[in-house]
Amino acid sequence: MAHSHPGYHDHHIGPEPQSWWTKYVFSQDHKVIAFQYVLTALFVGAVGMGLSWLMRLQLGFPGKVELINPTVYYQAVTQHGMIMVIYLLTALLLGGFGNFLVPLMLGARDMAFPFVNMLSFWAYFLSVVVLLASFFVPGGATGAGWTLYPPQSILKGTPGSDWGIILMLVSLLLFIVAATMGGLNYVTTVLQLRTKGMTLMRMPLAVWGIFVATVLALLAFPALFVGGVMLLLDRTVGSSFFLPAIVQFGQQLPREGGSPLLFQHLFWYFGHPEVYIVILPAMGIVSELIAVHSRKPIFGYPMMVLSIVVIGALSFIVWAHHMYTSGMNPYFGFLFAVTTLIVAIPSAVKVYNWVLTLWRGNIHLTTPMLFAIAFLNTFLIGGLTGLLLGNVIIDFPLQDTYFVVAHFHMVMGVAAIVAIFGGIYHWFPKATGRMMNETLGKVHFWITFVGTYAMFLPMHHIGLTGVPRRYFGFENLQFIPESVRDLNVFITVVALIVGAGQLVFAYNLVHSIFWGKKVGDNPWRAATLEWQTPTPPPHGNWGDQPPPPVYRWAYDYSVPGEKEDFIPQTRPQVTAGAGGGGE
Amino acid sequence: MQALALAVTLVVMVLGAFILTALRVWWFAPLASNWASMDNLIIISLVLCGAAFIIINLFIAYTLYAHHSERGRKAFFFVDNPRLEWNLIWFTGLGIVLLLAPGLYFYAQVINPPKSPYVVEVLTQQWLWSYRYPGKDGVLGPADVKNYTAANPFGVNAEAPASRDDVPALGGPLYLPLGRPVLLRMRSNDVLHSFYVPEFRMKMDIVPGMVTQMWFTPTKTGTFQVICAELCGVGHYNMVGQVVVVEPDEFERWLEQRPTVAQTLQPTGNAQR
Repeated sequence: MAHSHPGYHDHHIGPEPQSWWTKYVFSQDHKVIAFQYVLTALFVGAVGMGLSWLMRLQLGFPGKVELINPTVYYQAVTQHGMIMVIYLLTALLLGGFGNFLVPLMLGARDMAFPFVNMLSFWAYFLSVVVLLASFFVPGGATGAGWTLYPPQSILKGTPGSDWGIILMLVSLLLFIVAATMGGLNYVTTVLQLRTKGMTLMRMPLAVWGIFVATVLALLAFPALFVGGVMLLLDRTVGSSFFLPAIVQFGQQLPREGGSPLLFQHLFWYFGHPEVYIVILPAMGIVSELIAVHSRKPIFGYPMMVLSIVVIGALSFIVWAHHMYTSGMNPYFGFLFAVTTLIVAIPSAVKVYNWVLTLWRGNIHLTTPMLFAIAFLNTFLIGGLTGLLLGNVIIDFPLQDTYFVVAHFHMVMGVAAIVAIFGGIYHWFPKATGRMMNETLGKVHFWITFVGTYAMFLPMHHIGLTGVPRRYFGFENLQFIPESVRDLNVFITVVALIVGAGQLVFAYNLVHSIFWGKKVGDNPWRAATLEWQTPTPPPHGNWGDQPPPPVYRWAYDYSVPGEKEDFIPQTRPQVTAGAGGGGE
Repeated sequence: MQALALAVTLVVMVLGAFILTALRVWWFAPLASNWASMDNLIIISLVLCGAAFIIINLFIAYTLYAHHSERGRKAFFFVDNPRLEWNLIWFTGLGIVLLLAPGLYFYAQVINPPKSPYVVEVLTQQWLWSYRYPGKDGVLGPADVKNYTAANPFGVNAEAPASRDDVPALGGPLYLPLGRPVLLRMRSNDVLHSFYVPEFRMKMDIVPGMVTQMWFTPTKTGTFQVICAELCGVGHYNMVGQVVVVEPDEFERWLEQRPTVAQTLQPTGNAQR
């Protein structure tokens, strides 16, 4: 143990790894764990993207691909959603960025509980293995939709209702164990291991986003855990938590007294905060990117912090807007429509403040910045369409149509993934000491940004015509105009191109790890603490020195009268007035 | 150059969104119920939200073009302006109120059916739409999934007089009289389904173990499709039924020809498939 330098918080560091196994596999170093999370999540995300290709091929060219029958289609729909929301976005943003950024940005040597942190990754890894295994069991993976609504998720007539659903639920429970172990770490680290001078209101917004998202995860995942356990019991031992008396295919099932709506409440009590578990860290990352690359302090920092906290708090009282047409008490609609539309206010504050941060900046259109702009655009359109779906009466015609699909892909699919891309391009030089290739990065950006917009914008219009989601084929639906089929061909072609475009990113990532241009400790000239470490940061992050104290907020860019256009958080305040926004 | 390209791209995206919407190439299916309010609210929302989308994106495009990095440029040190922030918050709040007020007003109509609507039962199973009409007494008799037999797919209580004159229609179609408010009382034998006729706009899940309801008034005669809007297994996309809206007297004639529960349940009358 590194007790020889009794600096600030030195006792929280895990053992210096000696062997290859403890350094790269069973590592307790938060940075290595972060890379493990990122690489695993990107891998499983690639699987999720492949599944979306299957769906799009069927929607664009129905019947042309032999492989895709209704069973395969519904399995692809389900696993695509589950993989993207949970195993890619949640894991990458909290497990990946959370692990990498929180200790570095706060001036800690590691997470509060390095061993638990390691367990968190391996529980996640196991959950991914179980998830992928479900494709190969008899009956295949579950095709119940990512919401897993009972009764159909555990009854005949749904793909994967024998083994697939069991493995899906086990995998989710493992994931929740992983998220809880990681989450306790992030919260404790934020609250206990900040370096001297790093007050809460000097924390970078990325840490704020990750912190609040983690609190949400710790409060929301238990609801899914409970629902998952009860659904597993209903499936395996024949209990009836969610199953009332049922006659299926002419057979009376030996069940009675359960409530399908109960599961929906549990699911969405988790499921709505989950949206913010994904988007708050993304917002935090984007805040960093915009400030650094426009060389400008983030506008309205206190309001940015407040809006993160308010969004997080409100996220627990809006869940039933997913259930307006579920048959729940209709008077809930009034309450949940009001709370839902109120969320638009702190969300709008964030958009305004990002835009005002850009305004009159010194905008460097680097690859990370380009992806941050893409986030602004997609989050904006997705947030605005949320105002339609949240307004309960409009939800009746639009619920379960492609309008919903377009909405959530914009607001938490594309928005979150472009924030992740931006974050990877931005922090890659810190993690590896090398830059990713900017030209390839820009090619990746243009394909992804223009492509996703071309896919998901017209999808709103398909939804306005009333086309239902989760349909294997539309041949029987007479109200759908022929032109919708043309549009589906277009969307499919673009989806194939955008998917293939991600290979540019994969190549760039791998190539740059070994052959990227070498850079110094702070290539973006950023003020936050992680850029003041050696690159790549060694075990313990700060070498033999104690973590440096912090004297100012994270956004002293282009301070008048300064020669440099940034002041690191570690530079003492010389004159009163500089960095005045810090407190 | 890149800043210009990005700014132009944003402008083109905004224009594209505007044109796609304004041209109405892909637009609502022709309305055939009383819920014009839903269409109108969508249009109001699209206008308000579209305005926000256009203004903010154009502002971003302008900023990217006008304030991109160049030699010697220094960013404006602009840390905070609470007054501007609060003005924007109030302004946003006003927009929210403009959306919510009419939304909740019409929502109250959605959940309060008018007095004495025509009540029809919807019964779902994988993957079939069935209906039951009240008989001469105008009352739907009691029914429960536990009474289900192959001969009694609706699970009606065959003893109850109110049930015996009901008119079942296994597999549909759903006949409805024009111009009269209809209240659908919906039950499912197996899993979740959702009743959705795009031309009627309304949609409501059908949940085993409980009765859900929705109401609307058909305003156009013709044949429409009932489609299932809640994933209900591998046959979900094939769960398509028919709804036929006819003049009230034609509806009465149609209903009178249909066999009642008492007739279909007779031991010899093997009317069910």
